[in-house]
Amino acid sequence: MKQEICMVTNRQEYGNGLFALTLHAPNIAAEAKCGQFVHITCGEGNLLRRPISICDVEGETLKIVFQVKGEGTKWLSRRSAKHTVDVLGPLGHGFDLNALGERPVMIGGGIGVPPMLYTMKNAKANSASPTAILGFRNKDAVILTEDFEKVGDTHICTDDGSFGTHGFVTNVLEQHISKFTGICACGPKLMLKAIAQLAEKAGLPCQVSMEERMGCGIGACLVCACELKLRDGEQGVRYGHVCKDGPVFDAKEVVW
Amino acid sequence: MDLSVNICGVELKNPITTASGTFGFGHEYGEFFDLSMLGGIGVKGLTPTERLGNPAPRIAETPMGILNCVGLQNPGIDKFIEEQIPFLRQYDTKIIANVSGNTVEEYCGMIEKISDSDIDLIEMNISCPNVKCGGMAFGTQVNMVEEVVSAAKKYAKKPLIVKLSPNVTDISEIARAAVASGADALSLINTLLGMRIDVDSRKPILSNIMGGMSGPAVFPVAVRMVYQVRKAVDVPIIGMGGIRNGRDIVEMMLAGADAVAMGTVMFADPMAPVKALDELKEYMQKHGIEKVTELTGAVQI
Repeated sequence: MKQEICMVTNRQEYGNGLFALTLHAPNIAAEAKCGQFVHITCGEGNLLRRPISICDVEGETLKIVFQVKGEGTKWLSRRSAKHTVDVLGPLGHGFDLNALGERPVMIGGGIGVPPMLYTMKNAKANSASPTAILGFRNKDAVILTEDFEKVGDTHICTDDGSFGTHGFVTNVLEQHISKFTGICACGPKLMLKAIAQLAEKAGLPCQVSMEERMGCGIGACLVCACELKLRDGEQGVRYGHVCKDGPVFDAKEVVW
Repeated sequence: MDLSVNICGVELKNPITTASGTFGFGHEYGEFFDLSMLGGIGVKGLTPTERLGNPAPRIAETPMGILNCVGLQNPGIDKFIEEQIPFLRQYDTKIIANVSGNTVEEYCGMIEKISDSDIDLIEMNISCPNVKCGGMAFGTQVNMVEEVVSAAKKYAKKPLIVKLSPNVTDISEIARAAVASGADALSLINTLLGMRIDVDSRKPILSNIMGGMSGPAVFPVAVRMVYQVRKAVDVPIIGMGGIRNGRDIVEMMLAGADAVAMGTVMFADPMAPVKALDELKEYMQKHGIEKVTELTGAVQI
């Protein structure tokens, strides 16, 4: 966990309010694991940092992909080469690929797609044979597919059928589920819930990356609460925190 | 240059402490800086037994501030004593144990128990806006303040700081009541009650509908209240609410604070207390101030 003032080395605009920045962050890049995130200061007027997942790590650089949602991300989208940004990271705990077997599947939905790229690369580097299933709203929202295809088998689907398979990631998963030894996923909660149900039915280990409104990003302020089941099957709930206990949780732990 | 301040016989090496609820038990920020640089650590608010807190969302951003409704999530006082005090004692800083109860009896029990543990100062939270009973209700009415503080004081074997709510008509009246009932020191302000609504969904952003506002946006309110309380009572004051840097610390002290607490600003910059201490020293050097205590209440009207 480091605070680093990072030079932007590249900016890319995908359209539809989606942007990628590449940051020179030697200290953070050296520690970053797949599924972790960084917490970025977004301009003088916005007090809170914005949590953004790590899309890729190459040498001393980090790539982040984000969607403009408000003033903070709008500010961030206007950074370009030679600007600096104040970054905390890497934060949280990421995917445990060792628990997902030799043929893991990486599932991303929408803005949950970017973190699956570094995850898939790590799986391959771990000598697994990973597959990706990526879901987007429509063809204009499709991003990063060429990067995924370089790593392994990649299925793409869109909600409206304008690109790839017509349907949801869960349709593709259901069809191929017998080929996989484990699942990791990031995306909207409803998608994660449906994936968790399929995983349970198939008896596959499943890890999900959750999202919640966040404060400090390091586990001190306790705002990003995620409802979890009690350990040892006891009745009741407990709150984990997305920033420190997550963002990746075992799907069986989460109260859906 | 002497940065030390004395709060009821407890010497803090400098006037900077952390605001309860923003700092956990120190582990997280301890990865960014040496906790021994702090004058004191205000720990997460403790309750008699573990509290889960409120469901998410627990935070909403506001212009230069935040609203929170964490709801005093904490492991309970016993676990704090057992697990966290030994951790905090590794550092050369003072421990300010913040306690909350639902009833007068709960406050008394907590204060009795925490008095016997290895902490330095007790901060009694009668001002949390995010819990259903107790909390802020105790801190907003003079008769309730008198009842809970005078009862709790009997069990306090360490200096008792009473943390005041800003959600009152007249803070001076509440401050006088707390001191008359036995408060050895006062801390203020707790958060200001606020609310935000998502205009697209037309629903409140916070799960608890309302929450406590903190951050730089509340700083002028905190300065004003510290100034009013300084005029009303003669006990040490720990000033807090929106402090960002060394100059804000000076301002809070000029208004009447003996020490200060930093909180929400650390969410933006984990190193804020370290930077603020340097800035405070620079200010003192530039203005030829030997002892930081010279600043307290030195506003010129």
